[in-house]
Amino acid sequence: MNAPVNPSVTFDRPAHVGRGMSRPNARRLLAGKGQYVTDLVLPRMLHAAFVRTPHAHARIVSIDIAEARRAPGVRLVATGEDLALLCTPWTGTLDHFKGMKSAPQLPLPVERVVWSGQAVVAVVADSRAEAEDAAELVLIEYDELPVLADLDGALAPGAPTPAADLADNLCFQAGLESGDIDHLFAQAAHVVEADFTFGRHTGVPLEPRAIVADYDASEHRLTVHHATQTPFQFQDLYARHYNIPEARVRVIAPDVGGSFGVKLHVYHEDMAVIGLSILCRRPVKFVADRLEAFVSDIHARDHRVRARAAVAADGTLLAMDVEDETAIGAFSTYPRTSAVEGNQVIRLIGAPYRLSGYRADLKVVFQNKVQTSQYRAVGHPIACAVTEHLVDAAARATGLDPLAIRARNVIADDAYPCASPGGYQFEKLSHEQCLEKLRALMDYEALRAEQADLRSRGVHRGIGIATFVEITNPSPAFYGIGGARISAQDGAVITLTPSGEVRCQISVTEQGQGTETIIGQVIADHLGVSRDIIRVMTGDTAVTPHGGATWACRGAGIGGETALQAARKLKSNVLRLAGSILQAKPDELDLVDAMVVDRAGAARVSLAEVARIAYFRSDTLPDGAQAQLTVAHHFAPKGYPFAFTNGIHGCHVEVDVETGLVKILKHFVVEDCGRIINPLLVEEQVRGGVVQGLGAAFFEECLYDANGQLTNGSLADYLVPMACEMPDILIDHVETPTLDTELGAKGCGEAGTAAASAAAMNAVNDALAPLRACLTQIPMTPARILKALGRF
Amino acid sequence: MMPHDIGEGHIKARAFSYERPHTVEAARAAYFAADGDASYISGGQSLVPALAMRLQAPAVLVDLGAIETLRGVSVQGAMLRIGALTRHAQALTDPLIQAHAPLLAASAPFVAHPAIRNRGTIGGSVSLADPASEFPAMMLAMDARMEIFGADGYRCVSADDYFQDLYQTALEPGDILSALLIPCIGPRHRWAFDELARRRGDYAMVGAGILAQYQGDVVAGVRIALFSVGPTPVRARGAEAALIGHSIDCEAIARAQRALEADIDPLDDPQLPAAMRRHLARVLLGRLLRRLGDEA
Amino acid sequence: MSAPLPLTLCVNGTRINRLVEPRLTLADFLRTDLQLTGTHTGCEMGACGACLALMDGMPVHACLVFAVQAEGAVIETVEGLTESGAIADLQAAFHERNALQCGFCTPGMLVTSHAILEKGGLPDRDQIRDALSGNYCRCTGYEAIVDAIERTLQDRAARP
Repeated sequence: MNAPVNPSVTFDRPAHVGRGMSRPNARRLLAGKGQYVTDLVLPRMLHAAFVRTPHAHARIVSIDIAEARRAPGVRLVATGEDLALLCTPWTGTLDHFKGMKSAPQLPLPVERVVWSGQAVVAVVADSRAEAEDAAELVLIEYDELPVLADLDGALAPGAPTPAADLADNLCFQAGLESGDIDHLFAQAAHVVEADFTFGRHTGVPLEPRAIVADYDASEHRLTVHHATQTPFQFQDLYARHYNIPEARVRVIAPDVGGSFGVKLHVYHEDMAVIGLSILCRRPVKFVADRLEAFVSDIHARDHRVRARAAVAADGTLLAMDVEDETAIGAFSTYPRTSAVEGNQVIRLIGAPYRLSGYRADLKVVFQNKVQTSQYRAVGHPIACAVTEHLVDAAARATGLDPLAIRARNVIADDAYPCASPGGYQFEKLSHEQCLEKLRALMDYEALRAEQADLRSRGVHRGIGIATFVEITNPSPAFYGIGGARISAQDGAVITLTPSGEVRCQISVTEQGQGTETIIGQVIADHLGVSRDIIRVMTGDTAVTPHGGATWACRGAGIGGETALQAARKLKSNVLRLAGSILQAKPDELDLVDAMVVDRAGAARVSLAEVARIAYFRSDTLPDGAQAQLTVAHHFAPKGYPFAFTNGIHGCHVEVDVETGLVKILKHFVVEDCGRIINPLLVEEQVRGGVVQGLGAAFFEECLYDANGQLTNGSLADYLVPMACEMPDILIDHVETPTLDTELGAKGCGEAGTAAASAAAMNAVNDALAPLRACLTQIPMTPARILKALGRF
Repeated sequence: MMPHDIGEGHIKARAFSYERPHTVEAARAAYFAADGDASYISGGQSLVPALAMRLQAPAVLVDLGAIETLRGVSVQGAMLRIGALTRHAQALTDPLIQAHAPLLAASAPFVAHPAIRNRGTIGGSVSLADPASEFPAMMLAMDARMEIFGADGYRCVSADDYFQDLYQTALEPGDILSALLIPCIGPRHRWAFDELARRRGDYAMVGAGILAQYQGDVVAGVRIALFSVGPTPVRARGAEAALIGHSIDCEAIARAQRALEADIDPLDDPQLPAAMRRHLARVLLGRLLRRLGDEA
Repeated sequence: MSAPLPLTLCVNGTRINRLVEPRLTLADFLRTDLQLTGTHTGCEMGACGACLALMDGMPVHACLVFAVQAEGAVIETVEGLTESGAIADLQAAFHERNALQCGFCTPGMLVTSHAILEKGGLPDRDQIRDALSGNYCRCTGYEAIVDAIERTLQDRAARP
């Protein structure tokens, strides 16, 4: 389909794809001219603030809003009952997760609060400060209920249940088994095992969640300015839950100050703000302040894993057997659920390796904390840390070097297509090539020699390796088959404008990763124009066709292919029209540098001239000539359900064994995301991702006390990675394009986060090995390191 | 650490009225005119967040920023006088501070981040007396005197008497810390500062400053102040005593580290257990003393 | 008592007279009263650096200063630095190196970077990272930002 019209001439020279180009739309951000939802002011706009519960679990006895209603500047005080009249409840389950359960949710609770920080009452006023003034006057009486704040308590018989009408605290349970596990473990020369704890952490995009809802009663029309990755998903949700025809709901995502998965879930406050605008008949703005963000943004990770591996005497990995328990919130997140992460953990463990057997068991468990859901590299860091720790343990047990044992056990580059131990279908991966490139990139042997030398002088350096597989380009197998209206396809409309320039309106979205830039690069090559004359528009349901947008590393792979096919279609139309104008056969023409050229490469007519004639002098066109200079194209991935990528990380650290402080000296990544459209942007995706992984490894953790209170919910106390503690990161690439698309691109946004914490954990343990200390918990804080060393 | 009284989502301060007097007398008058429902503000780098989160909500904010007598760094006899409004950043650049109070200058790069240091005042930090802050502890190490304008005019309080309990100092309600008087160091002084923090600019897990006076190779006098090890900045008197009259060698260091055990009583925190802070304090003291010893 | 107070200051070269509520922070004043939305607020407690602006030539957190405290001050924001051309080379280096993604930290990063450049000398990478210790970026991992600053320092040093 849409094959090149005449591959013998000048078609498809990659003048743009494969080149590191900086982002045209970044200039605006550099000038301080970004337009974020937090910046937006609409005429007669009001501001919302929420009264939040201090209790992790309590029954609402009474709410007194009388005094708040009378406070200066207040336009509305709304409770759960008020909004329940407007908004239908939602439930965060997916049909293909058999047996999954969760309690229905409303914008604000009417009966019970189930986590500390949950919004209970909304106050709308002329300014945020006045809304906060009035919020102080709302009186809520609670009857406290038993709080569920740890996994063991949640699974105990007779445990309190945080969500009404559910029999127990098990949201979802799943298992996998292949091969004769018991036999493999019985015959293994070595069995290595460990218990792991992964701290709960959160996304902390620098722009907090922000939304402006603008309901126009005269037309029963809703416009929502929303800092989100997924405008169409929210168009659908707002339309259905507020019973407004979809075509009358417009969601606009302008510049978005980071998201990483945080801004694609339904939040109670956001749903409430829609209702508040309907009730006020005026635009209502809500920006979660940073403290609110910590207690209401999704959290992620929070897993406890028990794992073991069977290993042959020669270091061959035979089998892995894992149990994963993950603590989510008091309900499952909507519409993507809180079970996907655990599901991916058990499916990704062992994924880079040839195993003869694999068994996994997953329990997803409710508790009275804020909801958890998909945050960058969903499940990957946990699966990777478990797997790679076991591989290092196997190396120690068998006396093999960490790179050597991986070289022995990764799925060979010539063994594809094949399936992973967890049942994923792999088209083609490149573990062996990546491993050898990493060895060179790190100068591995030299680092080992230096390590030995420094050890003799009391300096404890460690080298950690972690191989990974990443899920990208998801097909409808991800959400669609589960009944969620989350699109796996994307759509583009591409137009040759009257001045001969190109406009592309595409459903994938931009949060700074460079979506608009790479879409432009793809179009430039496949249309034969310069990137400079292409305007790419994203992030508005009234502007682009419907599509899944940007998540799960699908922007380049699916969005890029959509743009490629759309550009092909437009080019075909342009050449047919040019053929009519020039009295030439279209298949003997091509577009080069915005000129229509013939087989010999001679310029015949400019693109601008073709456009001028089409738009302004159609009277001069021959009969039957078609001037179709706007085309639409939709593309959904077929073939493999996911385009898997792979790579390998190396981490080099120095541990101060007296203080437990770790200096990250350098980090290394070799990754294979298929066809690289823009190496500059790929590398920056990887670097940013690595730093999020290193943050998880050493700093980030949402700490709760036994009463379900978050004790470090501020940017002073929740430690995000900052410039001084982060290393320079060296990157190299292998390019194995997917054959499922013409573009061949896969995703790269999560490759950095997927394995960085695993490599860091292995590096610290490598440094501590001579001292017989070992950590299987992240973040690796000074306290945990000193504890492992027995220093206090 | 920020107090954790979340649950209500406040980030805009409650309304207050604002005064900007030009004299300490007028500032006190404004303070008392509010019936005690007032706060002084200078750099505001700790106070403004507390107001934003409504952890504090005074009716009146009295800004000390326009009071000229609180400004300036000068040498007065054997003392360095640092006006309370002196910014943190000036401790890094002011030649008088570098020459006469080098321990203060050595601690300054560890105070928060550059932009905070551009606005925060040394007097504000010492008034707040956060037990995890660098400057209050260095006042102890340097044997500074706090010049305070109060009900009876100006008075001076030694650092040893100034820090009383968690956020409690010798300042009475309405008192204004006007200046810090620091004995100028002499040629026989040596000093060392360091802290152990998880990230640059964070409150330290443990920190310490040492100011020692030598007679030849022997320590004739020494003051060791630690922070983040209790409700106030703490002097390690036992460790000091273990050093006086000795040169700093391995034995002296070990003795001081042993004595330190009785000097501090850190709080137990699930994330930073008291035993860990003790361990870190011991390690840090050892490192600082070795640094001093190496200079000898 | 908390009635609005008159405020006179100079913002990006323009003298401004306004009545402001005492509780209004300089960040909110710049963003709402003056529509200078390039100054961002990411934490409103001085921990993220997104709101940095120059106050009398020095970077400060605009979220930690009440507007009334800026009486008589000279304020420069990213918009002013852009329009004056003072950081054009720095912005070009950020752009070329892709030292930003979502752009939300960028104005604060530029203000800190400007201060590094103004201080002079040729700080090494560790010193640049140290100077950036109060600026949070969730997207880039910082290396590209350090690269862009280092590049601008070198270019300026090489300039005759």
